[in-house]
Amino acid sequence: MPEQLVFAMEVSLNGLMTGVMYALVALGFVLIYKASGIFNYAQGVMALFAAMTLVGIQEGRVPFSHLINAIFGTEVHHLPWHSVPALFAILLTVGVMIAFAWLVQKVVFKHLVGQEPIILFMATIGLAYFLEGVADLMWGSEIRTLDVGLPQGINLVIDETTFNWFGYGFFIDNLDIVASVVAAILVAGLVAFAQYTKQGRAMRAVADDHQAALSVGISLNFVWILVWSLAGFVALVAGIMWGSKSGVQFSLSLIALKALPVLMLGGFTSIPGAIVGGLIIGVGEALFEFTIGPMIGGATENWFAYVLALVFLVFRPQGLFGEKIIERV
Amino acid sequence: MFYREAGDFKTSYSADNQTFPIAFDRWRYYLVLFVAIVVIPLTISDYWANSLLLPFLIYVIAALGLNILTGYCGQVSLGTGGFMAVGAYATYKLMTAFPWMDMVSVTILSGLVTAIVGVLFGLPSLRIKGFYLAVATLAAQFFLVWLFNRVPWFYNYSASGQISAPERSMFGVAVTGPNAEVWVKYLFCLFFVIVLAWIARNLTRGSVGRQWMAIRDMDIAAEIIGVNPLKSKLTAFAISSFFVGVSGALLFSVYLGAVEVGEAFGIQKSFLVLFMIIIGGLGSIFGSFAGAAFMVLLPVLLKIIGVDLLGWPTDIVAHIQLIVVGGLIVFFLIVEPHGLAQLWRLVKEKLRLWPFPH
Repeated sequence: MPEQLVFAMEVSLNGLMTGVMYALVALGFVLIYKASGIFNYAQGVMALFAAMTLVGIQEGRVPFSHLINAIFGTEVHHLPWHSVPALFAILLTVGVMIAFAWLVQKVVFKHLVGQEPIILFMATIGLAYFLEGVADLMWGSEIRTLDVGLPQGINLVIDETTFNWFGYGFFIDNLDIVASVVAAILVAGLVAFAQYTKQGRAMRAVADDHQAALSVGISLNFVWILVWSLAGFVALVAGIMWGSKSGVQFSLSLIALKALPVLMLGGFTSIPGAIVGGLIIGVGEALFEFTIGPMIGGATENWFAYVLALVFLVFRPQGLFGEKIIERV
Repeated sequence: MFYREAGDFKTSYSADNQTFPIAFDRWRYYLVLFVAIVVIPLTISDYWANSLLLPFLIYVIAALGLNILTGYCGQVSLGTGGFMAVGAYATYKLMTAFPWMDMVSVTILSGLVTAIVGVLFGLPSLRIKGFYLAVATLAAQFFLVWLFNRVPWFYNYSASGQISAPERSMFGVAVTGPNAEVWVKYLFCLFFVIVLAWIARNLTRGSVGRQWMAIRDMDIAAEIIGVNPLKSKLTAFAISSFFVGVSGALLFSVYLGAVEVGEAFGIQKSFLVLFMIIIGGLGSIFGSFAGAAFMVLLPVLLKIIGVDLLGWPTDIVAHIQLIVVGGLIVFFLIVEPHGLAQLWRLVKEKLRLWPFPH
């Protein structure tokens, strides 16, 4: 088999894995958008916030320690313990994300019911800034490593198998494989939750028609808090994966920007769309960078996803799996 | 008491249609112009110009541009930073390729180049709507920044990848470069602000502006009553990009002097200008001024309070600034979706009756 083709295969395989990671972030967007029509720009910052909270709890840091030190002139940094079991820390972080969901609903979006979607979108941009500031203020803004015990490094089995097949071992990160499995479980879990539980049914009812759902006695408030909590949970999962991969730092919030073209491609309202869109973008940008990138100066992954989504949308404005946009006067 | 319209009779249509129909407003406007043109250049100091006045004037132009597109025509754009970069790099190329050209022509030409690029990226708006479009404009943002970073022709193959403005003069005084004096820079920016604000005001209240607003309020209905969506959306993109391009050109050539594209024209800049028009007021010329003033003042104010008065470290103040900006955006969207401009309108309503309650 020609060498270039083997390389291309490795690149697309890695692209697929990255695509899964994009899809993880995109999932959170879809959840909130379906249930409340809010396009939540803050999803990426939520992932950052969740990851920082997780690291903070694991290391036993005192929240807002910098601010407290600045105001009172004290020197507090750590609580008496220095490491908390990962599972316990994750549970605590889930609790924080649920509290956050409740707050967001109570303080912000309760007052914005019935506003235009674009106003809601801008409100989430404001929320993203707010949350970013809070996250930095709470835990400090230096780069952290996140370790919850996920396997990392090259997967030797794949390396060996592909070496036997093609005479060239593929480099696939164990973490990416774990992320794919987790993403699959997460999607299956979310679909099962939406289909087979009472709350899930309420969620789908609200997504379908707010007023009809309200009239059969579903509490919109509860469903929205539920959805924001779920999105917070998805953000935590994405934060763990990305945080383990590249460290917990500000750039983590920028993955939200990467998830946007994924969503446009897949359609805002479809969970399978988020996955398929993520895969297409992941493979597409990896292959584009591999084939065309060197010719035009490299680092094309900054914009390729957007241009692909833009060109695609011109032909199909609702994305691959989105509901058809019907406009009435 | 003072602020009233009783006794202010109009005897012609043009008098009735003027921008400031109330005499008090008109005189206040002339006073502001007088202070801006005559008083400030005489008293200006380096600190005030560089930390407040110049950025304010330059961002006013960008905010006016984005307000035309988003506030008047309803097309949300997150590509402002990218279009500002187009203006800056067009200025740089023009300044270095045609050293004899005067700065006003250079700036206007850069605006025109940006307008063409803006129309190109505005074409998809005919098919894509709402925040699908907002995300699509991010394509412009990232692609343009990447382009200026990676294609050496744009920065004249300089080793650092930066562009820096050479010295250019107008009427014998330096406008750009290290030797330019502050009052010259200030007057140069002020000239563009006054002219462009005047154009924006008159465009938005004429037939073009009414078409934009019809498209904003409901594009299908507008199409049915005879507004050409292609024409009005693309003119909005073109004129908005022209403004934004001029603003980018001034930011680079007059204010910063040397620019690295990812740092000066990144996505943060797009959001900054968007925040200006949200806080100032969507669909309002005054709002663009108020929003730009607010967003330029806020960091300076927070720095004075946090760092100088309370003695906190700068990074904490920077984080608090994020919180305050984000919180204010949400607050304004909840309490006053029409921004500072609406607050100003309410104050004026109150003033008209003052001191009588009814």
